[in-house]
Amino acid sequence: MLEIKNLHARIVDDGTEIIRGLNLTVKAGEVAAIMGPNGSGKSTLSYILAGREDYEVTEGDILYNGQSILGMDPAERATSGIFLAFQYPMEIPGVATMEFLKVAMNEQRKARGEEPLKIPEFLKRVKEAAASLSMDMAMLKRPLNVGFSGGEKKRAEILQMKLLEPKLCVLDETDSGLDIDALKIVSDGVNALRAPDRAFLVITHYQRLLEHIVPDTVHVLYKGQVIKSGDKSLALDLEANGYAGVIGEAA
Amino acid sequence: MPAVQETIDRVRKIDVDQYKYGFQTEIAMDKAPKGLSEDIIRFISAKKDEPSWMLEWRLEAYRRWLTLDEPTWARVHYPKIDFQDIYFYAAPKSTPGPTSLSDVDPELLKVYEKLGIPLREQEILAGVQKTDASELEEASDNVYKSGRVAVDAVFDSVSVVTTFKKELAQAGVIFCSISEAIREHPELVKKYLGSVVPTSDNYYATLNSAVFTDGSFVFVPKGVRCPMELSTYFRMNEKNTGQFERTLIIAEEGAYVSYLEGCTAPQRDENQLHAAVVELVALDDAEIKYSTVQNWYPGDAEGKGGIYNFVTKRGDCRGDRSKISWTQVETGSAITWKYPSCILRGDDSSGEFYSIAVSNGYQQVDSGTKMIHLGKNTSSRIISKGIAAGFSQNTYRGQVSAHRKATNARNFTNCDSLLIGDQCGAHTVPYMEAKNSTAQFEHEATTSKISEDQKFYVMQRGIPEEEAIALIVNGFVKDVIQQLPMEFAVEAQKLIGISLEGSVG
Repeated sequence: MLEIKNLHARIVDDGTEIIRGLNLTVKAGEVAAIMGPNGSGKSTLSYILAGREDYEVTEGDILYNGQSILGMDPAERATSGIFLAFQYPMEIPGVATMEFLKVAMNEQRKARGEEPLKIPEFLKRVKEAAASLSMDMAMLKRPLNVGFSGGEKKRAEILQMKLLEPKLCVLDETDSGLDIDALKIVSDGVNALRAPDRAFLVITHYQRLLEHIVPDTVHVLYKGQVIKSGDKSLALDLEANGYAGVIGEAA
Repeated sequence: MPAVQETIDRVRKIDVDQYKYGFQTEIAMDKAPKGLSEDIIRFISAKKDEPSWMLEWRLEAYRRWLTLDEPTWARVHYPKIDFQDIYFYAAPKSTPGPTSLSDVDPELLKVYEKLGIPLREQEILAGVQKTDASELEEASDNVYKSGRVAVDAVFDSVSVVTTFKKELAQAGVIFCSISEAIREHPELVKKYLGSVVPTSDNYYATLNSAVFTDGSFVFVPKGVRCPMELSTYFRMNEKNTGQFERTLIIAEEGAYVSYLEGCTAPQRDENQLHAAVVELVALDDAEIKYSTVQNWYPGDAEGKGGIYNFVTKRGDCRGDRSKISWTQVETGSAITWKYPSCILRGDDSSGEFYSIAVSNGYQQVDSGTKMIHLGKNTSSRIISKGIAAGFSQNTYRGQVSAHRKATNARNFTNCDSLLIGDQCGAHTVPYMEAKNSTAQFEHEATTSKISEDQKFYVMQRGIPEEEAIALIVNGFVKDVIQQLPMEFAVEAQKLIGISLEGSVG
């Protein structure tokens, strides 16, 4: 589903190279965990996948279902099924969460040539999805992410993911700022979405999240490259021994 | 071949395609020669069958105007206006005094149809349909209740048809063209015309007093709550015709009226001058709500053409506990010079100003309000949202003052500016003056840019760039949109989106 080939990317403003020859393949139905120390390029990778303009790809390619996505803008990538759950979701003052959901869902439908959702159907879907994440409908009347707690923001991200039904879900440090109860709710939400035709890229610092969202593969990112790949035991190994061993091995 | 392609591209770039309401209508016009003189004013007055006192009033204003200089303090720049090159009067030819829609020029009705104006009575009676999102909208204070709007349509300069007059008459409300009011209700016009904006007020208001051709007149008698929203759609049509509307609204003791003004104009090359005057008078316990959505031609991509909009709007809270509220959504015009103001004369009176000013391309906006606190315990509230994109300049200019007798005057001002791109400018020029130590004025101002982070986030959900900007901007202006009557709010949100098209990329 996702094939990243010898990817090199730099920050447009100052030319700093962050991703330096990254290779990664994620199959449909797979949950791939991306781990790595601070500054290894994890979040950058998620932004580049989503098409953020601050980064420039200088070499290599990103294939999604066999097609390069490098020429697509963030909205086009989103409508093709790529979703990024942000580490720090943005506040959108004055735009009720409900309204935002409706616009996003209908814009994606429009791009696929489908009719906009009828209001009762839209409400039904939102109510179900919100209930499954223990979210109060009253919260959805508030402007998106404005004044939301860390946990509420992350839940709102998963709610959007549920409703938009993407095929490639990128979760950027979704566990940061979550207490154990919220972590459970968010993880359950993600697990419920696991499907044979859907892949996940779970970016995290800690093993903790991977106890709840059990990965099929684990990849260690260091200095903009995948330096080691393995199964879920690799995450446990990292938890026990830290990154130093793996980094030393690769060097 | 390349030449042909170039022509096609050029034609496409001209805003014909982009300006949704840019079309012209062929209707036989009846116009005065170009230029301005006492004779032209006599011509206008005669055309309108005005009594001699009205003519004298106009001539006096004209003589005063000749002694005045065009103001230059606003942050707007434009070539000098040649007043001798403007037609000051143009009326659509029509059978005299149309009594029903069937008497009105069908071409005219077609224009209204294109604009989607619900002029036909059956449409109006059918009421305004609520939008599908209503279930989700937070209920605002001004949910549109009656579902009906009475329209006084001004086509260029003459009121063509007035609907719902009978029902309004039953309530005792007078809603007609100002020309008709001058003929039918001279005592009211004499008493109130120029009592808020005197003929000597300012350059453009004085000009308007001399040459105003038409506008609306509303009189709501004591204790009457106007049974429906009153609405005027202005539309400039004839080339080179200055538009000089004059509107006068009077709410007697305990009366209430809500008035909507909406404007679109056809596209053209030469600049069009528009200098309207609106006067509101609220007596004891009366309330007037005046809402505007302004969408005049802003000029083409290079800043050529477009409407010059120099407007004087002022409300006089003449009575105790009276209230006047201005809400405006300004998206059009090449130049906007407009400061809807409140004179808080009565004790415990209050004034409000809610404004959204959107500028794109080479538009220049200098707009704001004045809150003049004269009475005791008067309060005012100013919420201004300026959005600048393209190469535009957007200035908020506001004055809040408390007279020495205005004990316990209160004002709250909030001015937010939002910049889209880095070629535009937003400016805030607040003047505050308290001659009374008990006055309390609060002022908040922010300027922000739509951040790349926000835009990226919204686009990541599958929302294309222009829609993403429109969504963020509509969130930014929500406080003001909520002040608009429901059916206007929906229109205004769409308009803001349209106005910002092409502001990115």
